[in-house]
Amino acid sequence: MIVAERKPMAEIIEMVKDCKKVLVLACRGCVTVCSAGGEREAAILASLVRLGLKKEGREVEVIEGSLVRQCDREYIDSIDQWQGQYDAILSTACGVGVNFIANLRQKDMVYPALNTTFFGGSTEQGVWMEQCAGCGDCVLHLTGGLCPVARCAKSLMNGPCGGSVEGRCEINRDVECIWQSIHDRLGAFGRSAQMEVIAPIRDWSTAGHGGPRKTVRKDLTV
Amino acid sequence: MSFDPKITLFSCHYTSQQSCAEGGHELQQLGFPASISMVRVPCTGKVQVTSLLKAFEDGADGVYVVGCPVDGCHNVKGSVRAARRVGAVQKALAELDVESERIAMYHLPRGLQPQFIAAGVEMDQKIRDLGPSPFHKI
Repeated sequence: MIVAERKPMAEIIEMVKDCKKVLVLACRGCVTVCSAGGEREAAILASLVRLGLKKEGREVEVIEGSLVRQCDREYIDSIDQWQGQYDAILSTACGVGVNFIANLRQKDMVYPALNTTFFGGSTEQGVWMEQCAGCGDCVLHLTGGLCPVARCAKSLMNGPCGGSVEGRCEINRDVECIWQSIHDRLGAFGRSAQMEVIAPIRDWSTAGHGGPRKTVRKDLTV
Repeated sequence: MSFDPKITLFSCHYTSQQSCAEGGHELQQLGFPASISMVRVPCTGKVQVTSLLKAFEDGADGVYVVGCPVDGCHNVKGSVRAARRVGAVQKALAELDVESERIAMYHLPRGLQPQFIAAGVEMDQKIRDLGPSPFHKI
Protein backbone atom coordinates (compact mmCIF):
# COMPACT_ATOMS: atom_id res chain seq x y z
CA MET A 1 0.00 0.00 0.00
CA ILE A 2 0.94 3.64 -0.19
CA VAL A 3 2.08 4.81 3.24
CA ALA A 4 1.72 8.40 4.37
CA GLU A 5 1.79 10.52 7.52
CA ARG A 6 0.12 13.74 8.56
CA LYS A 7 1.94 16.97 7.84
CA PRO A 8 2.84 19.17 10.82
CA MET A 9 -0.20 21.14 12.01
CA ALA A 10 1.56 24.49 11.55
CA GLU A 11 1.94 23.73 7.84
CA ILE A 12 -1.70 22.66 7.52
CA ILE A 13 -3.02 25.69 9.43
CA GLU A 14 -1.00 27.98 7.16
CA MET A 15 -2.66 26.39 4.10
CA VAL A 16 -6.23 26.90 5.30
CA LYS A 17 -5.91 30.00 7.46
CA ASP A 18 -7.91 32.21 5.10
CA CYS A 19 -10.69 29.71 4.48
CA LYS A 20 -14.13 30.12 5.99
CA LYS A 21 -15.32 26.63 5.09
CA VAL A 22 -13.07 23.59 4.78
CA LEU A 23 -13.92 20.08 3.62
CA VAL A 24 -11.57 17.54 5.20
CA LEU A 25 -11.79 14.70 2.71
CA ALA A 26 -10.72 11.22 3.79
CA CYS A 27 -9.76 8.38 1.49
CA ARG A 28 -10.89 4.86 2.33
CA GLY A 29 -8.00 3.30 0.40
CA CYS A 30 -4.36 2.80 1.41
CA VAL A 31 -4.22 5.73 3.82
CA THR A 32 -7.03 4.23 5.85
CA VAL A 33 -5.07 1.00 6.21
CA CYS A 34 -1.93 2.86 7.30
CA SER A 35 -3.98 5.00 9.72
CA ALA A 36 -2.93 8.27 8.14
CA GLY A 37 -5.93 9.53 6.20
CA GLY A 38 -9.02 7.43 6.79
CA GLU A 39 -12.27 8.64 8.30
CA ARG A 40 -10.93 8.45 11.86
CA GLU A 41 -7.83 10.48 11.04
CA ALA A 42 -9.92 12.98 9.06
CA ALA A 43 -12.13 13.50 12.13
CA ILE A 44 -9.07 14.13 14.27
CA LEU A 45 -7.65 16.53 11.70
CA ALA A 46 -10.95 18.41 11.38
CA SER A 47 -10.95 18.92 15.13
CA LEU A 48 -7.33 20.08 15.12
CA VAL A 49 -8.02 22.53 12.28
CA ARG A 50 -10.98 24.00 14.19
CA LEU A 51 -8.87 24.32 17.35
CA GLY A 52 -5.83 25.68 15.51
CA LEU A 53 -7.84 28.37 13.73
CA LYS A 54 -9.80 29.22 16.90
CA LYS A 55 -6.48 29.82 18.60
CA GLU A 56 -5.62 32.27 15.81
CA GLY A 57 -8.95 33.98 16.42
CA ARG A 58 -10.38 32.82 13.10
CA GLU A 59 -13.84 31.42 12.61
CA VAL A 60 -14.04 28.44 10.33
CA GLU A 61 -16.59 25.78 9.50
CA VAL A 62 -14.97 22.41 9.01
CA ILE A 63 -16.92 19.50 7.59
CA GLU A 64 -15.76 15.96 6.96
CA GLY A 65 -16.37 13.61 4.08
CA SER A 66 -14.79 10.54 2.59
CA LEU A 67 -14.46 8.83 -0.76
CA VAL A 68 -13.96 5.14 -1.50
CA ARG A 69 -10.74 6.23 -3.23
CA GLN A 70 -9.41 9.55 -4.43
CA CYS A 71 -7.47 7.99 -7.31
CA ASP A 72 -10.43 7.21 -9.58
CA ARG A 73 -12.44 9.63 -11.67
CA GLU A 74 -15.86 8.23 -10.72
CA TYR A 75 -15.24 8.77 -7.02
CA ILE A 76 -13.82 12.26 -7.52
CA ASP A 77 -17.05 13.23 -9.31
CA SER A 78 -18.99 12.48 -6.12
CA ILE A 79 -17.37 15.50 -4.44
CA ASP A 80 -20.35 17.31 -5.99
CA GLN A 81 -22.40 16.20 -2.96
CA TRP A 82 -20.60 18.83 -0.82
CA GLN A 83 -20.92 21.61 -3.40
CA GLY A 84 -21.20 25.04 -1.80
CA GLN A 85 -20.11 23.76 1.59
CA TYR A 86 -16.38 24.47 1.26
CA ASP A 87 -13.85 27.05 0.08
CA ALA A 88 -11.10 24.46 -0.07
CA ILE A 89 -10.61 20.72 0.19
CA LEU A 90 -8.06 19.45 2.67
CA SER A 91 -7.36 15.97 1.36
CA THR A 92 -6.08 13.22 3.61
CA ALA A 93 -5.35 11.03 0.59
CA CYS A 94 -1.88 10.33 -0.73
CA GLY A 95 -0.39 12.64 -3.33
CA VAL A 96 -2.19 10.72 -6.06
CA GLY A 97 -5.55 11.68 -4.61
CA VAL A 98 -4.60 15.36 -4.34
CA ASN A 99 -3.40 15.35 -7.94
CA PHE A 100 -6.59 13.67 -9.12
CA ILE A 101 -8.73 16.33 -7.44
CA ALA A 102 -6.56 19.07 -8.97
CA ASN A 103 -6.73 17.41 -12.39
CA LEU A 104 -10.48 16.94 -12.40
CA ARG A 105 -11.89 19.79 -10.29
CA GLN A 106 -10.94 23.01 -12.04
CA LYS A 107 -12.78 25.24 -9.55
CA ASP A 108 -11.74 23.48 -6.36
CA MET A 109 -8.68 24.47 -4.35
CA VAL A 110 -7.16 21.35 -2.84
CA TYR A 111 -4.47 21.10 -0.17
CA PRO A 112 -2.51 18.03 0.97
CA ALA A 113 -2.83 17.10 4.63
CA LEU A 114 -0.35 14.26 4.33
CA ASN A 115 3.21 13.65 3.29
CA THR A 116 3.20 10.59 1.05
CA THR A 117 6.19 8.58 2.11
CA PHE A 118 6.59 5.18 0.49
CA PHE A 119 5.15 1.86 -0.76
CA GLY A 120 5.26 -0.48 2.19
CA GLY A 121 3.49 -2.65 4.69
CA SER A 122 2.96 -2.98 8.40
CA THR A 123 5.70 -5.07 9.99
CA GLU A 124 4.10 -4.85 13.43
CA GLN A 125 1.17 -2.92 14.85
CA GLY A 126 1.81 0.78 14.40
CA VAL A 127 4.99 0.27 12.34
CA TRP A 128 5.28 0.47 8.55
CA MET A 129 8.35 -0.27 6.45
CA GLU A 130 9.22 0.57 2.88
CA GLN A 131 9.28 -2.53 0.67
CA CYS A 132 9.06 -1.33 -2.93
CA ALA A 133 10.36 1.72 -4.79
CA GLY A 134 8.04 1.40 -7.79
CA CYS A 135 11.09 1.52 -10.06
CA GLY A 136 9.29 -0.05 -13.00
CA ASP A 137 11.79 -2.85 -13.68
CA CYS A 138 11.33 -5.47 -11.00
CA VAL A 139 14.31 -7.70 -10.10
CA LEU A 140 12.65 -9.61 -7.25
CA HIS A 141 12.89 -12.90 -9.17
CA LEU A 142 16.69 -12.58 -8.93
CA THR A 143 16.85 -11.52 -5.30
CA GLY A 144 14.70 -14.01 -3.47
CA GLY A 145 11.73 -11.64 -3.42
CA LEU A 146 13.58 -8.97 -1.41
CA CYS A 147 14.01 -5.57 -3.07
CA PRO A 148 17.52 -4.07 -3.18
CA VAL A 149 16.25 -0.88 -4.81
CA ALA A 150 13.93 0.05 -1.92
CA ARG A 151 15.61 -1.74 0.96
CA CYS A 152 19.35 -1.26 0.34
CA ALA A 153 20.41 2.23 1.47
CA LYS A 154 22.52 2.51 -1.68
CA SER A 155 20.06 0.73 -3.98
CA LEU A 156 22.93 -1.52 -5.02
CA MET A 157 22.23 -4.04 -7.74
CA ASN A 158 25.36 -6.05 -6.91
CA GLY A 159 25.50 -6.09 -3.14
CA PRO A 160 26.42 -6.31 -0.40
CA CYS A 161 28.65 -3.26 -0.28
CA GLY A 162 31.07 -4.48 2.37
CA GLY A 163 29.96 -2.00 4.99
CA SER A 164 27.45 -4.23 6.72
CA VAL A 165 28.22 -5.84 10.07
CA GLU A 166 26.42 -8.89 11.39
CA GLY A 167 23.66 -8.41 8.87
CA ARG A 168 23.05 -4.78 9.81
CA CYS A 169 23.49 -1.80 7.48
CA GLU A 170 26.37 0.61 8.00
CA ILE A 171 24.05 3.63 7.87
CA ASN A 172 22.22 2.45 10.97
CA ARG A 173 22.30 -0.78 12.94
CA ASP A 174 18.51 -0.69 13.15
CA VAL A 175 18.40 -1.29 9.39
CA GLU A 176 18.90 -4.81 8.09
CA CYS A 177 21.41 -5.33 5.29
CA ILE A 178 18.98 -6.52 2.65
CA TRP A 179 21.80 -8.03 0.61
CA GLN A 180 22.73 -10.21 3.59
CA SER A 181 19.07 -11.26 3.76
CA ILE A 182 19.02 -11.89 -0.01
CA HIS A 183 22.14 -14.05 0.36
CA ASP A 184 20.64 -16.01 3.26
CA ARG A 185 17.34 -16.51 1.50
CA LEU A 186 18.83 -17.60 -1.81
CA GLY A 187 21.07 -19.98 0.15
CA ALA A 188 18.04 -21.52 1.86
CA PHE A 189 16.71 -22.40 -1.59
CA GLY A 190 20.07 -23.70 -2.81
CA ARG A 191 20.46 -20.74 -5.15
CA SER A 192 23.50 -18.98 -3.66
CA ALA A 193 25.18 -19.09 -7.08
CA GLN A 194 22.70 -16.40 -8.16
CA MET A 195 24.72 -13.97 -6.02
CA GLU A 196 27.69 -14.36 -8.39
CA VAL A 197 25.74 -13.24 -11.45
CA ILE A 198 26.72 -9.63 -12.12
CA ALA A 199 23.73 -7.40 -12.73
CA PRO A 200 24.36 -5.13 -15.75
CA ILE A 201 24.29 -1.35 -15.59
CA ARG A 202 20.69 -0.45 -15.20
CA ASP A 203 18.43 1.81 -17.25
CA TRP A 204 16.66 3.93 -14.63
CA SER A 205 14.31 5.63 -17.10
CA THR A 206 11.50 3.36 -15.87
CA ALA A 207 12.03 4.66 -12.34
CA GLY A 208 10.72 8.13 -13.07
CA HIS A 209 13.97 9.54 -14.41
CA GLY A 210 12.37 9.56 -17.86
CA GLY A 211 9.49 11.81 -16.82
CA PRO A 212 6.02 10.89 -15.52
CA ARG A 213 5.24 7.26 -16.17
CA LYS A 214 2.12 5.98 -17.86
CA THR A 215 0.56 2.57 -18.33
CA VAL A 216 -1.77 1.95 -21.24
CA ARG A 217 -3.72 -1.29 -21.50
CA LYS A 218 -5.31 -1.24 -24.95
CA ASP A 219 -7.40 -4.27 -24.07
CA LEU A 220 -9.10 -2.20 -21.38
CA THR A 221 -9.47 1.14 -23.15
CA VAL A 222 -12.80 2.17 -24.68
CA MET B 1 -4.26 35.43 36.82
CA SER B 2 -7.20 33.96 38.71
CA PHE B 3 -9.99 32.25 36.85
CA ASP B 4 -12.42 29.36 37.28
CA PRO B 5 -11.19 26.61 35.04
CA LYS B 6 -13.33 24.10 33.26
CA ILE B 7 -11.76 20.66 33.37
CA THR B 8 -13.07 17.47 31.79
CA LEU B 9 -12.20 14.13 33.35
CA PHE B 10 -12.67 10.84 31.51
CA SER B 11 -12.63 8.17 34.17
CA CYS B 12 -12.76 4.43 33.96
CA HIS B 13 -15.85 2.88 35.52
CA TYR B 14 -13.69 0.74 37.79
CA THR B 15 -11.57 3.61 39.02
CA SER B 16 -14.45 5.96 39.66
CA GLN B 17 -17.22 3.55 40.64
CA GLN B 18 -17.35 4.75 44.23
CA SER B 19 -17.30 8.37 43.20
CA CYS B 20 -21.02 8.19 42.52
CA ALA B 21 -21.81 6.92 46.00
CA GLU B 22 -24.06 9.21 47.99
CA GLY B 23 -24.84 11.12 44.81
CA GLY B 24 -21.27 12.33 44.55
CA HIS B 25 -21.44 14.20 47.86
CA GLU B 26 -18.58 12.16 49.28
CA LEU B 27 -16.31 13.45 46.53
CA GLN B 28 -17.15 17.05 47.40
CA GLN B 29 -16.60 16.39 51.10
CA LEU B 30 -13.16 14.98 50.32
CA GLY B 31 -12.18 18.17 48.49
CA PHE B 32 -12.58 17.08 44.87
CA PRO B 33 -12.46 20.32 42.84
CA ALA B 34 -15.78 21.66 41.58
CA SER B 35 -14.07 22.69 38.36
CA ILE B 36 -13.97 19.08 37.18
CA SER B 37 -16.76 17.49 35.15
CA MET B 38 -16.49 13.73 35.07
CA VAL B 39 -17.38 11.53 32.13
CA ARG B 40 -17.48 7.89 33.19
CA VAL B 41 -16.56 5.38 30.51
CA PRO B 42 -16.71 1.57 30.59
CA CYS B 43 -12.96 1.51 29.98
CA THR B 44 -10.52 4.32 29.20
CA GLY B 45 -9.49 2.25 26.18
CA LYS B 46 -12.85 3.37 24.79
CA VAL B 47 -11.83 7.04 24.82
CA GLN B 48 -10.85 8.13 21.33
CA VAL B 49 -8.54 11.00 20.35
CA THR B 50 -11.58 12.74 18.89
CA SER B 51 -13.36 12.59 22.29
CA LEU B 52 -10.37 14.26 23.97
CA LEU B 53 -10.15 16.96 21.30
CA LYS B 54 -13.90 17.55 21.41
CA ALA B 55 -13.61 18.32 25.12
CA PHE B 56 -11.25 21.16 24.21
CA GLU B 57 -13.57 22.24 21.40
CA ASP B 58 -16.43 22.29 23.91
CA GLY B 59 -14.53 24.73 26.09
CA ALA B 60 -12.39 22.70 28.47
CA ASP B 61 -9.28 24.46 29.74
CA GLY B 62 -7.82 21.09 30.68
CA VAL B 63 -8.59 17.42 30.14
CA TYR B 64 -7.40 14.35 31.96
CA VAL B 65 -8.00 10.63 31.91
CA VAL B 66 -7.98 8.31 34.91
CA GLY B 67 -7.64 4.62 34.21
CA CYS B 68 -6.50 1.44 35.88
CA PRO B 69 -2.87 0.79 36.82
CA VAL B 70 -0.75 -0.14 33.79
CA ASP B 71 -0.36 -3.75 34.93
CA GLY B 72 -3.84 -4.06 36.41
CA CYS B 73 -6.36 -2.90 33.82
CA HIS B 74 -9.68 -4.72 34.08
CA ASN B 75 -9.67 -4.92 30.28
CA VAL B 76 -5.97 -5.85 30.11
CA LYS B 77 -4.67 -2.99 27.95
CA GLY B 78 -7.40 -0.36 28.01
CA SER B 79 -5.56 2.15 30.17
CA VAL B 80 -2.35 1.69 28.17
CA ARG B 81 -4.24 2.48 24.98
CA ALA B 82 -5.74 5.54 26.66
CA ALA B 83 -2.29 6.73 27.72
CA ARG B 84 -1.06 6.48 24.12
CA ARG B 85 -4.03 8.51 22.89
CA VAL B 86 -3.40 11.12 25.55
CA GLY B 87 0.20 11.17 24.31
CA ALA B 88 -1.04 11.73 20.74
CA VAL B 89 -3.12 14.72 21.88
CA GLN B 90 -0.18 16.12 23.88
CA LYS B 91 1.90 15.99 20.69
CA ALA B 92 -0.88 17.63 18.65
CA LEU B 93 -1.29 20.41 21.24
CA ALA B 94 2.45 21.07 21.09
CA GLU B 95 2.18 21.30 17.29
CA LEU B 96 -0.48 23.97 17.77
CA ASP B 97 1.88 25.76 20.17
CA VAL B 98 -0.39 25.02 23.14
CA GLU B 99 0.86 23.72 26.50
CA SER B 100 0.79 19.90 26.30
CA GLU B 101 0.29 19.81 30.11
CA ARG B 102 -3.33 20.76 29.49
CA ILE B 103 -3.99 17.07 29.05
CA ALA B 104 -2.75 14.29 31.30
CA MET B 105 -3.12 10.58 32.03
CA TYR B 106 -3.28 9.05 35.50
CA HIS B 107 -3.12 5.35 36.30
CA LEU B 108 -4.80 4.89 39.69
CA PRO B 109 -6.00 2.02 41.84
CA ARG B 110 -9.65 1.09 41.66
CA GLY B 111 -12.24 2.64 43.91
CA LEU B 112 -12.35 5.99 45.62
CA GLN B 113 -8.74 6.22 46.76
CA PRO B 114 -7.00 9.35 48.12
CA GLN B 115 -4.97 9.42 44.89
CA PHE B 116 -8.18 10.03 42.90
CA ILE B 117 -8.81 13.21 44.88
CA ALA B 118 -5.13 14.19 44.74
CA ALA B 119 -5.04 13.83 40.95
CA GLY B 120 -8.07 16.12 40.66
CA VAL B 121 -6.51 18.71 42.96
CA GLU B 122 -3.23 18.54 41.04
CA MET B 123 -4.95 18.94 37.68
CA ASP B 124 -7.07 21.83 38.98
CA GLN B 125 -3.98 23.65 40.25
CA LYS B 126 -2.04 22.98 37.07
CA ILE B 127 -4.78 24.45 34.87
CA ARG B 128 -5.21 27.45 37.18
CA ASP B 129 -1.47 28.08 36.81
CA LEU B 130 -1.64 27.75 33.01
CA GLY B 131 -4.63 30.06 32.71
CA PRO B 132 -7.56 29.93 30.28
CA SER B 133 -7.40 27.75 27.20
CA PRO B 134 -5.97 29.58 24.18
CA PHE B 135 -8.80 28.04 22.15
CA HIS B 136 -11.28 30.44 23.77
CA LYS B 137 -10.43 33.38 21.55
CA ILE B 138 -13.73 33.21 19.69
